[in-house]
Amino acid sequence: MTLLDMKPGEQAIVKKIRGRGPLKRRFMDMGIVEGTKLHFIKVAPLGDPLQISVKSYELSIRKEDAANIEVEM
Amino acid sequence: MTKMHRVALVGNPNSGKTTLFNALTGASQHVGNWPGVTVEKKEGKIRQSHGTMLVDLPGIYSLSPYTQEERIARDYLISQRPDAVINIIDVSNLERNLYLTTQILEMGIPVVIAANMMDLVEKRGDRFDAAKLSKIFACPVVEISALQEKNIDQLVKVLERQILKPNKSVFSLPLPPEVDHWLSKIEEDIKQGCFQALGEAPYRTLPLRWLSIKAFEQDSLLEDVVDLTKEDMNLLQEVEDLLDDDGQSIISSARYDFLADIFKQIYVKKEPDKISITDKIDKIVTHRFLALPIFIAVMFVVYFISISTIGTLMTDFVNDVVVAEWAQEGSRKLLESIGTSSWLVSLVSDGIIAGVGAVIGFLPQMATLFILLALLEQCGYMARIAFVLDRVFRKFGLSGKSFIPMLIGTGCSVPGIMASRTIEHESDRRMTAISCSFMPCSAKLPIIAFVAGAIFKGAWWFAPLTYFMGIFSVILSGIILKKTKRFSGDPAPFIMELPEYRLPSIKGVVQSVGERLASFIKKAGTIILLSSMAIWFLQTYGWTGQGIAEVEINQSFLAKIGNTLAWLFIPLGFGDWQSTVATFTGLLAKENVMTTFAIIFGVQGDILDLIDESAWSTLSAVTGHYTVITGFSFLAFNLLCAPCFAAIGAMHRELGSASWTLFGVFYQTLYAYSFSLIFYQLASFVSSGVFTLWTGVAIVVLLVWLFLIFRPDPDKKLSGIRSQAALES
Repeated sequence: MTLLDMKPGEQAIVKKIRGRGPLKRRFMDMGIVEGTKLHFIKVAPLGDPLQISVKSYELSIRKEDAANIEVEM
Repeated sequence: MTKMHRVALVGNPNSGKTTLFNALTGASQHVGNWPGVTVEKKEGKIRQSHGTMLVDLPGIYSLSPYTQEERIARDYLISQRPDAVINIIDVSNLERNLYLTTQILEMGIPVVIAANMMDLVEKRGDRFDAAKLSKIFACPVVEISALQEKNIDQLVKVLERQILKPNKSVFSLPLPPEVDHWLSKIEEDIKQGCFQALGEAPYRTLPLRWLSIKAFEQDSLLEDVVDLTKEDMNLLQEVEDLLDDDGQSIISSARYDFLADIFKQIYVKKEPDKISITDKIDKIVTHRFLALPIFIAVMFVVYFISISTIGTLMTDFVNDVVVAEWAQEGSRKLLESIGTSSWLVSLVSDGIIAGVGAVIGFLPQMATLFILLALLEQCGYMARIAFVLDRVFRKFGLSGKSFIPMLIGTGCSVPGIMASRTIEHESDRRMTAISCSFMPCSAKLPIIAFVAGAIFKGAWWFAPLTYFMGIFSVILSGIILKKTKRFSGDPAPFIMELPEYRLPSIKGVVQSVGERLASFIKKAGTIILLSSMAIWFLQTYGWTGQGIAEVEINQSFLAKIGNTLAWLFIPLGFGDWQSTVATFTGLLAKENVMTTFAIIFGVQGDILDLIDESAWSTLSAVTGHYTVITGFSFLAFNLLCAPCFAAIGAMHRELGSASWTLFGVFYQTLYAYSFSLIFYQLASFVSSGVFTLWTGVAIVVLLVWLFLIFRPDPDKKLSGIRSQAALES
């Protein structure tokens, strides 16, 4: 499953980040690496992007990008 | 005198970097742009130290080659090689901040870590072991609070020591043995001189480990320098297969694994993961139903203070009283009383002082707006605006934060354009600065009021229509320009930190506003002053047969130019010298379009007052000059074309280069010309039923624009990466 399959309020562990190159590097630079605990906080009022929390700080990620984050509940 | 030392300040966004920079440099700052880009560059002397220059590098999370900010920071560290780096870290967010620290340490530049937000950590009751961190990284760590200016002197002392007696030990990241093995082999090759370019500046001074890691990551900025052999590539591939990931990701994971381990040793949380104040505020501020009403309320307050009340009152005071009454009238009287010839009086008070006034008149309003924006930025709300509005704005190549410049632009484009500074991506920032002046500003209102009242007989829908025309133009331009090469931008995706809400530092706000204004005067001021004086000269002087003398505007050089260029506007329906001259004087300030008409058509009384009073009958000479169709065409062109010189100056300040400024002005004018052409020709065809050559031209132009709007996006860089990612999954 990916981040998109989670519901607001749920927590999961990052399993894998798909692809390579800028998008993946950016995720990893921001601390979203394999084994990181990830907390899906909410969806923006207009339905996109998403707000998640990793390593005690918060991030806004667009849905199309979030589809590349595989997680495990 | 010893030589000046250079120190770079590096850190994550929202780590308190700007606050620390202000605390270290005080008033001795110089604000500009990094060459050719819109990223701000700040420098200043460290006031607690002698002969140390501090350069503020852009706020970054990593030294990857993908975002512009990261490239700037990295290029600076490599090619300028500062004597030392102050790395500010937010202790309340340790792992991600130290991720950058490990990358800087690898470069072999002496580092001092400034552990910021210690006040926050203490308040939470958490414990941070600075001594242990210092031991692990073999570099000094100073605990500070940038906001309360605590321990800043100590930081500078440690920094000076680090510059004079730099710590030679280089940090080495623990890596999986397979990776280590590969790196060692490459390092051996480098020592043997296999990669010629690495033996030369700027790479010669970099540690081998840094170079080999970049080779392992196949870093795009080193592609031309490090030419790996087939064998090396195969071995790299084997390591990647073995660890089931690509080089970059293996290194990034190793960094975070290492840091997770360190984090446990140096940081103790008192209460694990309790709901923070930020979460509580966000529950309301980005709430599904409350977010938009709150946003509208905040925008209303910003607009009300900076445009409707305080800002405009102060700007009007400066323009009408300080500049017009005191400076212009005062200098006129003074010069006349000492018997100065009339042309010199006019040059000084109408030319030079009015030109200077045009620059400083904007300052109070800008100051008001910048204070508000800095408050929104520092308290953390600005990032929420981008979060809430991203979905709508990204379709047009804009950021959620573009809303503010557009809104302010309805008051005045100059502060509107300057407000684009807060936008995170460069292409969004440029797009906003270029399309901001499509919104009708308050100086365009007299033209709108005149056309609506006198030509459209006071139709109620007319004024709103012009605002829709502005919004429509912003959106269309976004769609069109987003697909051009100029705006393709970085391939980095939109992943934005939502920082914690914080109380802003008033001192910092005031300081940063002061710098912005100074840089506006310097960068924009010159353009505004020179071009204002040029237009003033052209409209005041003419050739009389005996020589150059002061003449009425219809005898002036400007009228001559207007006559010569009027044919350009024939296809738009207003190819006469009067309209042409008025359009040119509009470049000084848009309300001049109407005051020029007043002079040309001999209108009695103050035309702006007459428009206010809807005294259309006194304006019949002007009104008679236009039909409904030519009137609208003229208005549309003047609203959409190049803005006034002040706004062009602001664009220049924000876009960062002459070529971008010219591109912006050219695009705006081309867009306005096409818009009026299409409107005038098609409207004339509909009303007269006669199909002319120009009707055909207008249709072709329309088709070209439609093509530009609907063509597929040729820039597949990002989507290509995405679809590849999808395929692999």
